[in-house]
Amino acid sequence: MNDVIGLAPWLIGFPLIGAAILLLGGKATDRWGHWLGVLASAASGVVGFILMFRMIGTPAEERSIDHHLWTWLSAGGLDVDLGIRLDPLSLTFVMLVTFVGTLIHVYSVAYMDHDPHRRRFFAYLNLFVAAMLTLVLADSYLLLFVGWEGVGLASYLLIGFWDTGRPSARENAVAAKKAFVMNRIGDMGLIAAMALMFSAVGSVRFADVLPAVAGDGTGPASALISTGTATAIGLCLLLAACGKSAQFPLQAWLGDAMAGPTPVSALIHAATMVTAGVYLMVRSGPILEAAPTAQLVVVIVGAVTLLFGAVVGTAKDDIKKALAASTMSQIGYMMLAAGLGPAGYAFAIFHLLTHGFFKAGLFLGAGSVMHAMSDQTDMRRFGGLSRFLPITWITMGLGWLAILGIPPFSGFWSKDGIIEAAFIPVEGQPWRAWVFGTVAVLGAAITAFYMTRLFFMTFGGRRPRWTEGQHPHEGSPLMWWPLVFLGVGSAALGAVLGIGGTFTTWLEPVVGQAEHHEPVLPVPVIITVTLVVVVLGALLAFRMYAVQLVPEEAPRGSVLTRAARRDLYQDAANETLVVLPAHGVARLVQVGDRDVVDRGWGVLPQAVSWFGAVFRKAQSGYVRSYAAGMAGGVLVIAAVAWLVVGLGGAQ
Amino acid sequence: MTEFVAPEIDWLALAPLIVVLGAGVVGVLVEAFVPAKARRVTQIVLTLAALAGGFAFIAVLWPQIVAQPVQVVGGSVTLTPFALGTQGIIAVLAFLGVLVVADRTATGQDAFAPAASAVPGTSYEDLARRSGLEQTEIYPLLLFAAGGMMLFASTDDLIVMFIALEVLSLPLYVLCATARRRRLLSQEAAAKYFLLGAFASALFIFGVALIYGFAGTVRLLEIATAMQQGGLPLDGMSGLLVAGVLLVTVGLLFKVGAVPFHAWTPDVYTGAPTPITGFMAACTKAAAVAALVEVLYRVSIGVQAVDPEIMRQLQVVIVVVAVLTMAVGTVVGSVQSDVKRLLAYSSIAHAGFLLVGIAGFSSQVQSSTLFYLLSYGIATIGAFAVVTLVRERRVTPGSGEHNGPVEDDGVVLGEATEIAQWAGLGRKAPWLTAAFALFLLSMAGIPLTAGFIAKFGAFTGATSGGLWWLAVLGVLASVVAVAFYLRLLVVMVFQPAPITPGVEPARDDSPRVETGAVSTGSTSAGSATATMTKVQVTAAQRVEVTVVRSRGPAALAIAVCAIATVILGVFPSLVLDLAQEASKFVP
Repeated sequence: MNDVIGLAPWLIGFPLIGAAILLLGGKATDRWGHWLGVLASAASGVVGFILMFRMIGTPAEERSIDHHLWTWLSAGGLDVDLGIRLDPLSLTFVMLVTFVGTLIHVYSVAYMDHDPHRRRFFAYLNLFVAAMLTLVLADSYLLLFVGWEGVGLASYLLIGFWDTGRPSARENAVAAKKAFVMNRIGDMGLIAAMALMFSAVGSVRFADVLPAVAGDGTGPASALISTGTATAIGLCLLLAACGKSAQFPLQAWLGDAMAGPTPVSALIHAATMVTAGVYLMVRSGPILEAAPTAQLVVVIVGAVTLLFGAVVGTAKDDIKKALAASTMSQIGYMMLAAGLGPAGYAFAIFHLLTHGFFKAGLFLGAGSVMHAMSDQTDMRRFGGLSRFLPITWITMGLGWLAILGIPPFSGFWSKDGIIEAAFIPVEGQPWRAWVFGTVAVLGAAITAFYMTRLFFMTFGGRRPRWTEGQHPHEGSPLMWWPLVFLGVGSAALGAVLGIGGTFTTWLEPVVGQAEHHEPVLPVPVIITVTLVVVVLGALLAFRMYAVQLVPEEAPRGSVLTRAARRDLYQDAANETLVVLPAHGVARLVQVGDRDVVDRGWGVLPQAVSWFGAVFRKAQSGYVRSYAAGMAGGVLVIAAVAWLVVGLGGAQ
Repeated sequence: MTEFVAPEIDWLALAPLIVVLGAGVVGVLVEAFVPAKARRVTQIVLTLAALAGGFAFIAVLWPQIVAQPVQVVGGSVTLTPFALGTQGIIAVLAFLGVLVVADRTATGQDAFAPAASAVPGTSYEDLARRSGLEQTEIYPLLLFAAGGMMLFASTDDLIVMFIALEVLSLPLYVLCATARRRRLLSQEAAAKYFLLGAFASALFIFGVALIYGFAGTVRLLEIATAMQQGGLPLDGMSGLLVAGVLLVTVGLLFKVGAVPFHAWTPDVYTGAPTPITGFMAACTKAAAVAALVEVLYRVSIGVQAVDPEIMRQLQVVIVVVAVLTMAVGTVVGSVQSDVKRLLAYSSIAHAGFLLVGIAGFSSQVQSSTLFYLLSYGIATIGAFAVVTLVRERRVTPGSGEHNGPVEDDGVVLGEATEIAQWAGLGRKAPWLTAAFALFLLSMAGIPLTAGFIAKFGAFTGATSGGLWWLAVLGVLASVVAVAFYLRLLVVMVFQPAPITPGVEPARDDSPRVETGAVSTGSTSAGSATATMTKVQVTAAQRVEVTVVRSRGPAALAIAVCAIATVILGVFPSLVLDLAQEASKFVP
């Protein structure tokens, strides 16, 4: 392993160099820039493959390597050095990001074909890949934070990519800003967490912080971090994760983020970046385990979000927004699993991986549909597309079966694992297993409903509800080959990695071996119940949206439908609870700032200028005055030195 | 009768000095014997080779000196790692400086007068210009100056130090007077520099005399040892030592450009040919600061052991000068309207920051000072190199390139040093602007540039000496300095180029005399030297700002400086580790 570790920085290096060339190269790179972007991402993927195969070849206990890159500065107790941590967890992400990322790069070559700024788009995509890999490869929270901000920046740039020259330009810009601001709130959590760690342990490196929580095994007393501190750190980290992964209560930005180009939604807002919060939770597992309260909050947040997203998804008519709500809900599953301790970590990451494939496939499929329907996103104006877009239909169908959790498709292996883990009893709190288990099963049922609705509203139906002048057709091979790859992944990845627990064993060096607990219900019962409710949900949706006619205008609907359509009033709640009070405070602060602080500080530059003008006069240009100044200076300095020391001595 | 015994001399230890100064002597011979056509190339190659060779010897010597510092030639040259490190920095900076000096740019002219001794505006000057004379003597002069600086930083003997001071100063006085354009200003600058420099030298040598009177020797280390052993008449006589050290320090502070001995700096930096300004600002500062550090710290070794009171007086002197220097450098710098003057005040401010680090009298000052000198030096040489490329160009309105040529139209004149003229440079020359921005950010001390690490080191030096408040003042002064660097940056990048640039060709500014006379109004009496001909700028014509292409060397220097600034900012440990080894003053 050590002979190839030197390759690891290139994982980040290739896309970073790609982004730099594309951004600095300017128009000169317009003609071939997109292929350079693809190449950079693919090169990173090749390096990832090499590293992963070497890691598979090493014994399990040697699979975690911290590779020190360089020390930037060393001052007193603070060493700012940067390094890479290679272990099964980070490599799983590397494979996901580079593989799915490269497919989406290829797809974008065709999807963005007519965009005049395609080169810039690829530069940002490369930047995103580099930042995301920095995030997952960091060996300290500090470097993780660099990547964390980097993906935030890339996300902001890409959501707002179409911020000029389109009718929706203003909305896109607002959406980008909304995502950025809400992410900042989460970032404050990460910064606070780092500050807490630094004050408790004196370091923010994983290798120092995580063992410090666990202690040396002789009991909680040996830990450097008390339970209270661990809870505080855990909650701060959770806040960060909520911001990045669109979890309740920081979920409002994700739906609007769909304003970005569809490949962006697929890569950043479905497969990779939004799952960074789950990564953070699993990576910080030892901290959460030391803080049961924080762990419980994580589970609650996951459960709430999973229902929230699912309910919102049932009412959305915009295909991308429905998928966004679904993403939120699925990440809720992962978050819930991440809060369950070692029993859930592996399944959280497993679901993250399979979800990355099938959700990216679904989004790219949606992009393909939009491409075919002149950028129409309203599902009520689709219908009957299966004949015209056979490849998209089949690949999205595979993704649909995967997200429903129908065996043997991918989602079954990972989601079922989470549901089973949710049913595992917690000592002293018997209600937990029942509550969270039920929520997980319920979520699965609603998921089945809204995904089936989406699928049949788009492809099924007896007659098309298209707007005038639509001629749907498949896109170029560059667009459907990635769909095929992702479709195969949606179908088979779960079984390949899930049967025999291959994936959980692979992650064991990182997340630890989970003690085996029996769920409160027998496993076959859980599987059966889940499948039954899923099939029921799907059948209901089939009856409503495939058998019955879908109205072209959305009916008024029940109270719940109307609420779900408006994202359960999330924006209104944010407006009243946060924005308005914040406006008030801001106005107050602004007045204070302008009238007190600014006026005060305004004096400073004036004073500087005034003194500058005065001293400038001393610069008369006459040698005689300069010489006099020197002679006088000697005397003055001598006098000052004598006076200061003389007076000091007299005291 | 005793036989004459040849002294044993460690020639290797002297090799860097011998190579550089020897090449200077050879350069003078080159002037006499090499035909005029080949002279320039020969001189440039010789100069660069000498500096590179000197640096190579320094690199060879380094491990040996780090292991065991030596005194050679009876102690006249004292090579400590600190001294050798300073020599290395001076060699590197001088190399870069010479690259800028050697660049003739796309106009085919260098920055030096064809016959510097000619009275400005005479027919003799015209003749010299038309016959294409070139003064290649500048290269040996640069070598002598560089050699003097290297010796300046590596001696323990105050008399040798004085000689080195003169060896480095005299060529600089001459070089300052050789500007091709604005010759009166250049000569005025040289005269000022010479007079004030002589004044400072006098103070220095007077201080040496007082110290000799006190100790009976001019060797700092001998004085320190004698004081530690109590062999000197300290009672009642310490005033002599304090006054002597104070005067010596003043002589050095003059070269450093510290307030109140700074007054020459803006005038000389503005008047001297810009490549020389860059060389002078970077290398002289390095040599003088290193010499100052050696004098102060060696004196402090002895004084600390005997009389802490004197030590405190010394410290107060440095602190007072540091505060004044930072204040004047940043405050007056923020109201400048000329790029060269702004950089001059920036150089003063940096002297203040360096003094902040030195005032702590802590052990790590050597490494942080060396790092500071290097990072400041590369940013300064790079910045002045950029200034040499931003020029004025005379154009006649309505006769653009396509409207038929007007005689002499589009002739490149002198440097455009008004800050206002730099507006819109970011569009005209993005790469050059980017490099200049990088140098400014480094000088401002923004993280990920060399300047940040350097300032960090300097302020750490102050805090570890217990001078918290001084470090805080330093940070505040940096903030003010950031304001004026950023102001320049804003002008370059965000302000659009003026649509109708100033109609007056030469601004009415009496010291800024173009060759010949000042052109005022439509009488077109003025003539500004351009390519090889006399050029008149009439009121109907206007001056535009243009960026001339470098012929290579200056571009190379700018690129190297820019890359080094980033590398030192991102991977400072490469150099910091080396500098850390240089922590011995005493052989």
